[in-house]
Amino acid sequence: MDDHTQPAAVRARGIVKSFGTGDTQVTVLRGIDLDIYLGEMLLLVGESGGGKTTLLSAIAGILDIDAGDIDVLGVPLSRLPPGKRTVFRGQTMGFIYQQFNLLPALTAAENVAIPLLIQKIGRHEAIQRARAMLDRVGLEDRTEFLPKNLSGGQQQRVAIARALVNEPRLLICDEPTAALDGPNGQKVMALLREVGRSPDRCVVVVTHDSRVFQYGDRMARLTDGRIVGIESIVREGTA
Amino acid sequence: MNYVALKMLFGDRAKYLMLLCGLTFSVMLIVQQGSIFWGLMMWSQASISNVNVPIWVTDPGIAQVDEVKPIASTAVDRVRSVDGVEWAVPLYKGLLRARLASGDYHQITLTGLESSTLIGRPAEVLEGRFEDILQPDAVVLDQWAVERMGGPGIVTVGTIFELNDKLARVVAIAKTQKSFTNIPVVYTTYERALRYVPRERRALSYVLAKAKDGLVVDDVIQRIREQTGLGAFTEEDFGVKTIMWVLKNTGIGINFGTTILLGFIVGMAIAGQTFYLFTVENLRQFGALKAMGASGLTLARMILLQAFTVGLTGYGLGIGLATVFGFLTARGGSLPFVETWQLLLLVLIALLTICAVSALISIVKLARLEPAIVFR
Ligand SMILES: Nc1ncnc2c1ncn2[C@@H]1O[C@H](COP(=O)(O)OP(=O)(O)OP(=O)(O)O)[C@@H](O)[C@H]1O
Ligand SMILES: [Mg+2]
Repeated sequence: MDDHTQPAAVRARGIVKSFGTGDTQVTVLRGIDLDIYLGEMLLLVGESGGGKTTLLSAIAGILDIDAGDIDVLGVPLSRLPPGKRTVFRGQTMGFIYQQFNLLPALTAAENVAIPLLIQKIGRHEAIQRARAMLDRVGLEDRTEFLPKNLSGGQQQRVAIARALVNEPRLLICDEPTAALDGPNGQKVMALLREVGRSPDRCVVVVTHDSRVFQYGDRMARLTDGRIVGIESIVREGTA
Repeated sequence: MNYVALKMLFGDRAKYLMLLCGLTFSVMLIVQQGSIFWGLMMWSQASISNVNVPIWVTDPGIAQVDEVKPIASTAVDRVRSVDGVEWAVPLYKGLLRARLASGDYHQITLTGLESSTLIGRPAEVLEGRFEDILQPDAVVLDQWAVERMGGPGIVTVGTIFELNDKLARVVAIAKTQKSFTNIPVVYTTYERALRYVPRERRALSYVLAKAKDGLVVDDVIQRIREQTGLGAFTEEDFGVKTIMWVLKNTGIGINFGTTILLGFIVGMAIAGQTFYLFTVENLRQFGALKAMGASGLTLARMILLQAFTVGLTGYGLGIGLATVFGFLTARGGSLPFVETWQLLLLVLIALLTICAVSALISIVKLARLEPAIVFR
């Protein structure tokens, strides 16, 4: 999988990002170069506080960077005005967080329907599609449950369904298994690989958890604000 | 997304009820205080509204209705002769002591009505016939007089008492608006009133008048002032003048004014604060929506919808509760409580403004919010 014939779906060049000013200024990203390709699942690892979340936010266009360029699907995201960036994000990206970030007042199906509602799809159709998506993550019998009545693993599966419901080209996951126990973490990663990974989508997963490394295609290591190494993950039985 | 906004609002029942309670309480506080205040003001001009005539002619230096400054008795004829005046009658109003058979003394307001027309009489009579006031020694009391003088067991139709050592016989009980000073009112005829009171150089208190139909009342009033040199006011203006005097010269204006103002500020602050807190607590949820591609406009609409929904609900409940309170406490008119639509409108506008402002603050906060917080 190392020789990518097609151009990268996400192309980051020379990204610099600092927080604070003066003495308290910390430069978190010191020139990141990174390509992510359609069809792959890229793991992003590195020590805590190393800037992984910051990099994800930058790629998602929800954090302004100080220098560098980010292209997503050929769109120069870092140079898009904020409003257009928001629309673009809604149409092309899905997010999965460590803290599931489900709206507590909404049922599983309603939560999953939100990205569609944002795209101004009618409520009836949105809920139908949300139910179908919940079916794909194995929660067909939990569609009318409130998040508080679901287990952590189930909540994260709802979040996965929500992230995938409008078929995003880019799926961004920040430590999706960190709030889950081992078996549930494995399940979520397996689900991300089965349902999330697809030929016309790239999946980025930030993780600390070495037990789930096997689910990725490539792994990028972030140290001292730079990507210091990208390696392919050899999977038994598959190419 | 309106659906999502309302679900967010109602979904967290505890938070929603807190928010609603805050708003309801503030509205109730303001409406209740305002209504009591306005009720008091109505009481302070009760001596005017109870008489219910269009024009009051007074001493030119009059300050308020209960502080009588007598005018020359020729004033009645002089007012009658002014162009455009349909009728003019005298009114006597003065403080006197009544002595009951038991020997108890009570201060009363003696009101003398012109005998041929009885203009200025109360509209409603609870007991007896008001016209019997024309019988010798007859007087009519208002219901507050009965209450103050010991209740219907002591004072009722047929009771005889003394006014300045002269006999007075109760022939009827009339219903009036309670007045501020709550001094009992005793009605008699103008001529007999002058016989009850000690002789004074000037005995006429007010001239009550009406402008001919079709004329501009203010023009007639202006002519009365010019031709008689007396003061002349519409009923409404005289009421306002009296209210202003009360506000300025008694503690009510300052004390009650501050209470209401504080109630208003506190109430509105509570309302704004609770709603603001509500959105701040939901900031993470809004951030998640923003990360999912919800535009600033969409989020702003959601917050405004939430603000106005809870605001209007709180408004409805608040005025409902205040009205029930007023109904229960002010039944029978023994406590001041007058809820006016102006007050309700004012509170509505203030509440909607406060909701809009706190929503706006939240919207600005949200616009500045880095949706990146959802990653934390
Ligand atoms: N909004 C911010 N303001 C100031 N400093 C920030 C902000 N966001 C991140 N940082 C700093 O940037 C650095 C990198 O943070 P980031 O969250 O990207 O790390 P991370 O690699 O995701 O860590 P973790 O594995 O613990 O999630 C940290 O030192 C953090 O304190
Ligand atoms: Mg992180």
